[in-house]
Amino acid sequence: MNRLTGADVLMRVYLGIFFFYLLAPLAVMAFATFNTSRFPTVTPWLGTTTQWFVALWNDRQMWQGLRSSFIVGAAVIAVSVPIGVAAAMLLDGVHKRARSLLYAVMVSPLLTPGVIIGISTLVFWDRLGVKGGLHLAVIGQSSFIIAYVMLMVSARLQRFDRTLEEAALDLGASHTQVFRKILFPYLRPAILAGAVLAFFQSFENYNTTLFTRGTETTLTVYIASKVRTGLTPAVNALALILIVVTILFAVGYEILRRRQKAKVAAA
Amino acid sequence: MSDLLRRYGWPITLFMIGTAAIWLVVMVVLPALVMVEYSFHPNLPVTKRGGPEDYYTIANYAALFRGVDLATWTFPNDFKVFVRTIWGASLVTLVSLVVCYPIAWHVAKVAPPRRAALMILLLIIPFWINEILRTFAWYIILAYQGPLNAVLLGVGILEKPVRWLSGSGGVIIGMTYAFLLFMMFPLINAIETLDTNQVEAARDLGAPTWQIHRRIVIPHAKPGIAVGCIMVFVLAASSYIVPALLGSPGTRWFTETIYVWFFEGQDWPRGSAYAFILLTLCVGFIMLVMRVFRVGLADIAK
Repeated sequence: MNRLTGADVLMRVYLGIFFFYLLAPLAVMAFATFNTSRFPTVTPWLGTTTQWFVALWNDRQMWQGLRSSFIVGAAVIAVSVPIGVAAAMLLDGVHKRARSLLYAVMVSPLLTPGVIIGISTLVFWDRLGVKGGLHLAVIGQSSFIIAYVMLMVSARLQRFDRTLEEAALDLGASHTQVFRKILFPYLRPAILAGAVLAFFQSFENYNTTLFTRGTETTLTVYIASKVRTGLTPAVNALALILIVVTILFAVGYEILRRRQKAKVAAA
Repeated sequence: MSDLLRRYGWPITLFMIGTAAIWLVVMVVLPALVMVEYSFHPNLPVTKRGGPEDYYTIANYAALFRGVDLATWTFPNDFKVFVRTIWGASLVTLVSLVVCYPIAWHVAKVAPPRRAALMILLLIIPFWINEILRTFAWYIILAYQGPLNAVLLGVGILEKPVRWLSGSGGVIIGMTYAFLLFMMFPLINAIETLDTNQVEAARDLGAPTWQIHRRIVIPHAKPGIAVGCIMVFVLAASSYIVPALLGSPGTRWFTETIYVWFFEGQDWPRGSAYAFILLTLCVGFIMLVMRVFRVGLADIAK
């Protein structure tokens, strides 16, 4: 190890400051849950309590929001996964020139701001006489979440060995059998990861939901409205729970992804 | 098409084309077209739609600029909000780039593998946490009686507490925090692919650090910089919750203006027109960056 130069020291200080900046706000938010102060803060510390978890548990609106978020998330999976898989297969099968155009249209929802997707969905379905609500939130969210699923399935499909398919067809398997016995099992990890990602994206969505929700309240909408009116550390309690769930989720997802990557590398 | 049929047969091919068409036509393209069409109509009650008062007009777009007077330097409210949004989103993008670049360089090339892996984990965790919660964290910190003021007063840097949440400052701070990691990961991915030998060769030949970055690392990281800038700018320009929580009525964001036209003003055509303007702004920015950095769509959607 060389001697530390001035630049190295500066870099270390900068790294320290940066990670403090990144993580300290989350820690403050989490710790504020245990303060008896009615306004969530850590300064001054008025006393340690777990009462805000009880307050959260007794909040009926929170449960309703959670229920709505789960319903929407499940529906988004049901819509996005089949369409996403079909879109990936279609993209894989078309000719090169058509592919780049199709690809551009398919990823365009990912570059479109969420509020715009929400607004266009709202206006379009209003024209057809459909008002806002959870069903419209599902449609709005799916329009870009399908693209995520499509990208994940596409990535795996690109490495698919097509001779397997052709061999099966030559040996007299039907197209449906080939899909069920060869392609689907091969794609299953990507489909599973896509479903998980779809649920997560839906669960944390706010921008698209805001415009399509009608008078319904999902969990993110509930949190936002609570912060603006009627903020107590019960919101922090919810935030803390969500952070813990998110970390478990993120770690699980990363493990799944790496295992998949390792499998590919080994193959 | 014949290739698809041979490979998948009729039922599966039809299912593929059918579902993809429902998605792209009914969920993506048509809603956008209907929104744009709607924005060229006057705001009429349902009974008068299609009647003699229903004609195409650009009034909803002109409304954004009505009352702009360069001679007296007066600007109407919606216009000010629009300019503030462009300016703010650009600032957030620039600050994110400057803050992230050294970290990304360190994680991708300098840190030993185990430490780099730990740092990436520490970056991933906040990245997965909901935007609203990340914003809420700053709402607590920047509160008048919050920890930031308490610490700064305690150390003696401040003489009396500051109202952080009354100007645009809080919005910029919160947005940078909320969207910065969308710059970080593309940068790390881009810098990681650089051949370290190039850097070492330059160093052996006596190039100072800043020259190495200017001539080798930054040109190589261009696609990552482009993706990061696009992500951060679009997210910031179209953010609703950050200005709603961390801003004040005097520092409204363009998304908030759109929301107000929709749900408080009950003027959907005007809201649609503003939404289209916002979309044009974002698409314009994306195209500008793609041209300047010479990157394609496939580099962006990874």
